[in-house]
Parts: sequence; structure tokens; C-alpha cells
Amino acid sequence: MSATAAVHSLWTTAAAVDPISKIDAPKIEYGQLAPTLIVVGAAIIGIAVEAFVPRKSRYYVQLFVSVVALVAAFAAVVALAVNGYATTKAGIAAMGAIAVDGPALFLQGTILLTALVGLFTFAERRLDPEAHGNRVDSFAAQAAAVPGSDSEKKAVKAGFTTTEVFPLLLFAVAGMLVFPAANDLLTLFVALEVLSLPLYLMCALARRKRLMSQEAAVKYFLLGAFASAFMLFGIALLYGYAGSMSYAVIAQVVEGTVTDVTPALAGTMGNDALLLVGAALVVMGLLFKVGAVPFHMWTPDVYQGAPTPVTGFMAAATKVAAFGALLRILYVVLPGLRWDWRPVMWAVAIVTMVVGAIVAITQTDIKRLLAYSAISHAGFILAGVIAATPSGISSVLFYLAAYSFVTIGAFAVVTLVRDAGGEATHLSKWAGLGRRSPLVAAVFAVFLLAFAGIPLTSGFTGKFAVFKAAAEGGAVPLVVVGVIASAIAAFFYIRVIVLMFFSEPHPEGPTVAVPSPLTMTAIGVGVAVTVVLGVAPQYFLELAGDAGVFVR
Amino acid sequence: MNPVNYLYLAALLFTIGATGVLIRRNAIVVFMCVELMLNACNLAFVAFSRMHGNLDGQVIAFFTMVVAAAEVVVGLAIIVSLFRSRHSASVDDASLMKL
Repeated sequence: MSATAAVHSLWTTAAAVDPISKIDAPKIEYGQLAPTLIVVGAAIIGIAVEAFVPRKSRYYVQLFVSVVALVAAFAAVVALAVNGYATTKAGIAAMGAIAVDGPALFLQGTILLTALVGLFTFAERRLDPEAHGNRVDSFAAQAAAVPGSDSEKKAVKAGFTTTEVFPLLLFAVAGMLVFPAANDLLTLFVALEVLSLPLYLMCALARRKRLMSQEAAVKYFLLGAFASAFMLFGIALLYGYAGSMSYAVIAQVVEGTVTDVTPALAGTMGNDALLLVGAALVVMGLLFKVGAVPFHMWTPDVYQGAPTPVTGFMAAATKVAAFGALLRILYVVLPGLRWDWRPVMWAVAIVTMVVGAIVAITQTDIKRLLAYSAISHAGFILAGVIAATPSGISSVLFYLAAYSFVTIGAFAVVTLVRDAGGEATHLSKWAGLGRRSPLVAAVFAVFLLAFAGIPLTSGFTGKFAVFKAAAEGGAVPLVVVGVIASAIAAFFYIRVIVLMFFSEPHPEGPTVAVPSPLTMTAIGVGVAVTVVLGVAPQYFLELAGDAGVFVR
Repeated sequence: MNPVNYLYLAALLFTIGATGVLIRRNAIVVFMCVELMLNACNLAFVAFSRMHGNLDGQVIAFFTMVVAAAEVVVGLAIIVSLFRSRHSASVDDASLMKL
């Protein structure tokens, strides 16, 4: 078999030619990779801070490092976009591993801003009452201490806090920055793990309701590892099909336009089973991260059990990153397979929208309710993905930017409503909140209206853009289902608003904690973005439209 | 030997791993089954690498091992903390959030 001879030539010719002279030094475009490199560097500094800085001042140092890193990385993204890397100079960096183009930069900017707002909710230390004179945040005093044990009490008394969440957040952000920009399957897989592993850990770190938090982490971890194993097998099959990990080469092989066909490639190219199964498994791994039905089972449990700031961050930023990667896979690698993946994605989108909206009606916990709402929103975004047109890309980009700020703001409000046991997440406790603290209830109502897609909020603009793109792409029935699902979803959003404003407050109901400027900023940014993108979306729609071309 | 046979073996191992994840109750065993799935992927990568005569697949196998090691670290930390607070690593017992 000639393929065998080819392999042997790899080490038989090495004796004749000096092997060192054959290896080209990799060329890395540090400037174009700056956003990711800054965040990874800061995360490593954060680990050093944990090791060397005294415990009392760690929180402030970590917060400072994280804020500076995220702002600097965002500035780098803006600088790249201004210098034309989003449009004319878009290209492939790092030896074909990372794409620097419009969608990548747009999503990286969104992720960094979302992470910055999420960081403010992570750093909030005024919501819980002080423990032994120490201000505490939402995270366990010591994650290794058994809940309710003496060692936990000692840790609380000593005023420990888990400041490791800041470097963990930065590592997760680094993975998310690479995920939508990955231009080969190996980078995609490594980025997936880099973003997932810190999230698994952060889920387990809640200060209150620790058993639930650990349970959420175990579920997320086992199901996440299961899904990523499927994705890896899909990557193996795609590699077997095309003989390469590069998106561009795989796309060429799929379309049959590849130029140098080796005998081995000629053998595997004809095997459609490799391609179809491989593509299905890779897309399945991404749909899991997105939280689309039927891969949504983890979403409600993890969203409910995780510390609320972590829930907000991962609900917003993971979705942005995962949809970015899904868009790139479907639009860059598998456009030649469009007639195969579109019917499947149709079905997934319809089921996701409908199941998310209907099951949300029966929920009694506000975090679970928002989780099912996140599932149905994944369905709406998938409707834009299915369009398979340039306006499909830009509408999805816009929707993701709008949705992430609404989500993070909504979960920030959830952290404020508290009773003796921590956050009061049961819906019955939210009754009459509008009478007791009208401002918080009004802000939450704005977010709910945005989720429901009421005009003058960002949710309406996003949904309109996505459905318009889907209809132009020939998916009119999908739009009809989407509008019906939106109407069902609007019912339970409005129900919460009615509950807050038109029912009697419970006498022993929860109180609304007065947060520090950190959470106020997070919520304020959420409201501001929601209203601005709803009232004057033109500039941002154009921005997303300009960014909507993938490089290949 | 025809490298395709190794692919059948990889698919078989992957299926055994996936079945184990679905039917086993102990979180550690479930996790070991996930590792089996990752190793099945490695076998597939190496077999494809041999078929195509390029080294990409072997390089990826190394990356997969590193990722699997990182996953072990994180996973065992989470499972051990769950076990210490509940004295059980059964995935059926973890049902605080069932509706």
C-alpha cells in the first residue's frame, strides 16, 4: 500500500537529510493574537498572585489585574478592528490555527465586555452579611472544606475567600476568545476544554447551598466531558475523511475542489459515512455547549446550582463563544454539506424553541426559569444560523451581543433579592417585589421584556434581525414557529412581571440587598445596552453587518 | 495489517465507553468511561494518521492526552468534594434539583 511507504519515508529520509534544517520556525503574529495573549498572561499572573501576595490584599490585586487585562484586551480588539483586520486585512494567524476576521473580532469584543461586567458581579462583597467582621462574596470560604464542617467554620472565621475565581474567569475567557476564532479542529477542541474546565470548577464554589453547587458541578462536568468526547471522535472522523485538521482544507475536500489528492485521500474522500458522522458529532458537541434541545439536559440544573454570578457569566459568554464556533464550522467548513445539515438544524431549532418556551411555564425557580428561557433563545439564534446567508451571520452576531448583556443583567438582579438562606430564588418569594423595591423590580421587568422581545428593547431588534434573515434564507415555517414560541415565552415573562407588581408582598418575604457600585455598574450597563440597542440599534446593526464575513 | 481494523476497534471502545457512561452509577466509573472514550479517539487519530501518511493525527493524540490529564485533575477534585460532603459518589443520589 503506497500510504505505508509514505509514512516510512517520514523517518527513512530523515537519515539522509539533516532533520533540523527541514523544520521551519513557526511564525506567530503576536499583534493579531494580542487579545488572547493578554488575557492568558493576566491569568498566569493571577496564579502567581495567589502564591505570593498576602491573603488580605489578594482580592484587590486580583480584581485590579483582571480589570486591567480585560480592558486592555478589549482595547486590542478595537485596535485590530480599526486597523482593518475585521474587513480588508482579515486573515489567518498562528500558522493557520486562529482566524482574525470580522466575526471573530466582533465576538471577542462581546465576550470581553460581557466578562468585564461579569467580573463586577464576581467581585461583589456587600450582599451577604459580614462574617466575623470580614466582607464575603458569593464564593465558598474554602472550596476544599466539607460543607457544615469545623474546617469550614474555621475558614469562614479566618475570613478566607476564594480569590482563585478571578484567574479561573480569565482562563475561561481566554478559551472563549479562541473558540470562535479557531481555524483548525485541534485548536477548536483545546479551546473548548480551556473554556470548560474553569467553568466546571467555578460551578462548585458557591458560598450558600454548597451541596447543590457541588451537584451542579458534577453534572456539568460529567455531561460536558461526555459531550467533548463525542466531539473529539467527530474530529477524528473528519480528520480521517480529509487527512487534515485545517478548516480550509476540509472545506475543499467536502466540496471536491482539493488539488493534490493522495491515494489515501482518494480512498477516504469517497467515504461519506466518515464525513456525515464526523460532522454530526462535532456539531453535537457545539450544540451541547449552546444548550440546544436535545442536548439541553444540563442547563437548568447547572444554572440553578452554580453561584449566580457564575451562572450569569457562563449563560452569556459561553453562548456567544459556542455560537461563534458553530457559525464558523457550518459556514466555513461545511458549506458544501449545506443540504444535509440544514434539515437537521431546522428540527433542532424548532424543538429547542418550543421545548424551551413550554417547559419554562412550569418552573417555580427564577434561575431555572431563566435557564429554560436561555434554551428557547438558543433556538431563536439557531434560526438565524440556518439562514446560511451573510445577513444570517450578522443577525446572529447582533443577537448574541444584545442577549449577553440582558442575561448578565438579569442574573445580577437575581443576586440582590435575598432572605436568611441567601438568594431567594423561589418565584413565590418574588411576589409583590414591585411594591417593596420598585426600582429593582422595574429593572428586572426591563430585562424580562427584552427576553420576551418587546419593541424598544434589544430583544426585539435581535429577534427581528434573526427572523428576517431566516425568512430571506427560505425558512419561513421556522419563523412562524419562532413567533409562536416567542408568544408562549412572553406569557411566562409577563407572568413574573405581574407577580412582582400586582400581588401582595409576603410579610416575611425577601429583602433587596443594597449592592456596592460593582453590581450597580453591571446592572446599569445591562439596562443601558438593552435600551440603546432597542431604541437606536442602527450603528450596532451596521457594525455587525460589516463584521459578517468569515475568512477562509 | 489493514489500518481500518484499528478504526473498528476504536469505534468499539468508544461505544463501550459511551455505554458505560450511560449505565454506570458511580461518578468515578462514569468518569473512567469518559477517559476510555477519549482513548478510543486517540486510537482513531493514530490509525488515520497512518492511513494518510501525515503526522497530524499523532500530534493530536498527544494533545488529547494532555487535555485528558487536565480533565482528570478537575474532575477528581469535583467528584472528591462531592464524595466528602455526601459520603457517596453515586450519580443517582445527586438529585437535589429534581423538579
